[in-house]
Amino acid sequence: MTDTTWIDLALVSARPQAMGALLRYFRNLDTAEEAFQEACIRALKTWPKSGPPRDAAAWLIFVGRNSGIDKVRRQSRETALPPEELLSDLEDQESDLAERLDGSHYRDDILKLLFVCSNPVLPATQQIALALRIVSGLSVKQIARAFLVGEAAMEQRITRAKARVAAAGIAFETPDAADRSMRLAAVATMIYLVFNEGYSAMNGPDSVSADLCEEAIRLARLLLRLFPSEPEMMGLTALLLLQHSRSRARFDADGGIILLDDQDRSLWKKPLIIEALAMIDKAVRHRQPGPYQIQAAIAALHARATRPEETDWEEIDLLYQALERLQPSPVITLNRAVAVSKRDGPEAALALIEPLAEKLAGYFYFHGLNGALLKQAGRVREARIAFDRAIALATNAAEASHIRMQLDHLSKDAGEKDLAKEER
Amino acid sequence: MLYAVFCYNQEDVTNNWTKEEDDKVMRDLAAVQRKYGDAGKLGPVARLLPTTAATTLRHSVGETVVIDGPFAETKEQLLGFYVVDCASLDEALDFARELSAANPADGSYEIRPLAIYKPSEFPA
Repeated sequence: MTDTTWIDLALVSARPQAMGALLRYFRNLDTAEEAFQEACIRALKTWPKSGPPRDAAAWLIFVGRNSGIDKVRRQSRETALPPEELLSDLEDQESDLAERLDGSHYRDDILKLLFVCSNPVLPATQQIALALRIVSGLSVKQIARAFLVGEAAMEQRITRAKARVAAAGIAFETPDAADRSMRLAAVATMIYLVFNEGYSAMNGPDSVSADLCEEAIRLARLLLRLFPSEPEMMGLTALLLLQHSRSRARFDADGGIILLDDQDRSLWKKPLIIEALAMIDKAVRHRQPGPYQIQAAIAALHARATRPEETDWEEIDLLYQALERLQPSPVITLNRAVAVSKRDGPEAALALIEPLAEKLAGYFYFHGLNGALLKQAGRVREARIAFDRAIALATNAAEASHIRMQLDHLSKDAGEKDLAKEER
Repeated sequence: MLYAVFCYNQEDVTNNWTKEEDDKVMRDLAAVQRKYGDAGKLGPVARLLPTTAATTLRHSVGETVVIDGPFAETKEQLLGFYVVDCASLDEALDFARELSAANPADGSYEIRPLAIYKPSEFPA
């Protein structure tokens, strides 16, 4: 580790708390962001000499708040910025400040900061971009790269999101219990979106998108530390850990998708799996099942199977049924069909997804699974039609090349069958 | 004399080490462990999961309550620890409840799953 790595790590980890407090002071995202930026610049200047402060977040809040106030004053009265020396006795005042800001205060600050970015007035892509910028502190350039868009376009997206949030108004009062749980749910969704953005754009374990997944896990853990008794937050954290545990096994050397059944399970990251299983154990004790907990339980059944044949498809089918009852959705039924096909064969699964054809007509995975099931059932001609539709709907190269591979197999198998016939 | 050595670090920093950083730290620590292990001086070695995975059983004035999260009080001191192999958190909680019932003093038992466990290298 280089000399300043510890400063970067400290700034990243103090960021949500410091930004949350600064947003409470200034009630404006841009002012809070500039104040935090200013505090970081001072930190980079003074910490290498003075060593790390006892409480990095409190230091940043104090310095950020002063610089923000100065700025506001300067803008209104054109008064001069106080000299740097005035900041020298920070260490004494810092302990005082840290005492005044108790833990529960921080908790609502951070939740509010996250909630501002999860505001339902924002479309999903803007929520993700805003959270990565404001909470995680990623640069516009980094976010643009993760989204595969230009920097200017991303800058515009973030500016637009900020304007929307400002127009919608931010509720700054301390939330009551109902309001807090509503905020938590919105924030959980946003964290899931951040993860999903990384997960679905990933084309290798070391891509920029993997960083998004790790950032989402960091935010989930942060939220769980603040709200340790929320079973759905435990479920969400477990789900993300389990999905991410497979990141090294999901792609071949060319960035092609490797399906769960074909993955080298020794590449799955054990520590993440162990942590996730422990989280699920904790969540179950609350006897309040929710969608994240059920999805985590499904992912856990895959993680527990050391070989694909050991997967408990019966239990997975039951869990998907529970999920269907909580959140009826054709996509969940589609997922359940995989479990059904493993247990009862392709025809049973085809019967289950047939009624979904209309609703999921534009959904890549529907046609992909439909094709795979038809192929398994030996209905080659229909399988080919389904795969052709899937290719037309693929959103990235990895998806398209995976289906193309299936089509190649289909032609090869069909060819072999023809040969077998001729030999007879 | 046997000594227990407890490791304290900021977990949001160590959690965010890259795989390379983490691997390097673990390699360097393993070298120290090997040195003391080879000399027959090292007992069990464990790495705990993050505090978010912890559950605490709290016993006070005749009642036990289960709290999500790590031990957070400051008026009690760390006095001992166990490593126990359980099928589930519930079983581990039962173990802690039995300990608590056998111990007349008020106190807490933090149950923290282990990420890594290496048994003792003391000579047999």
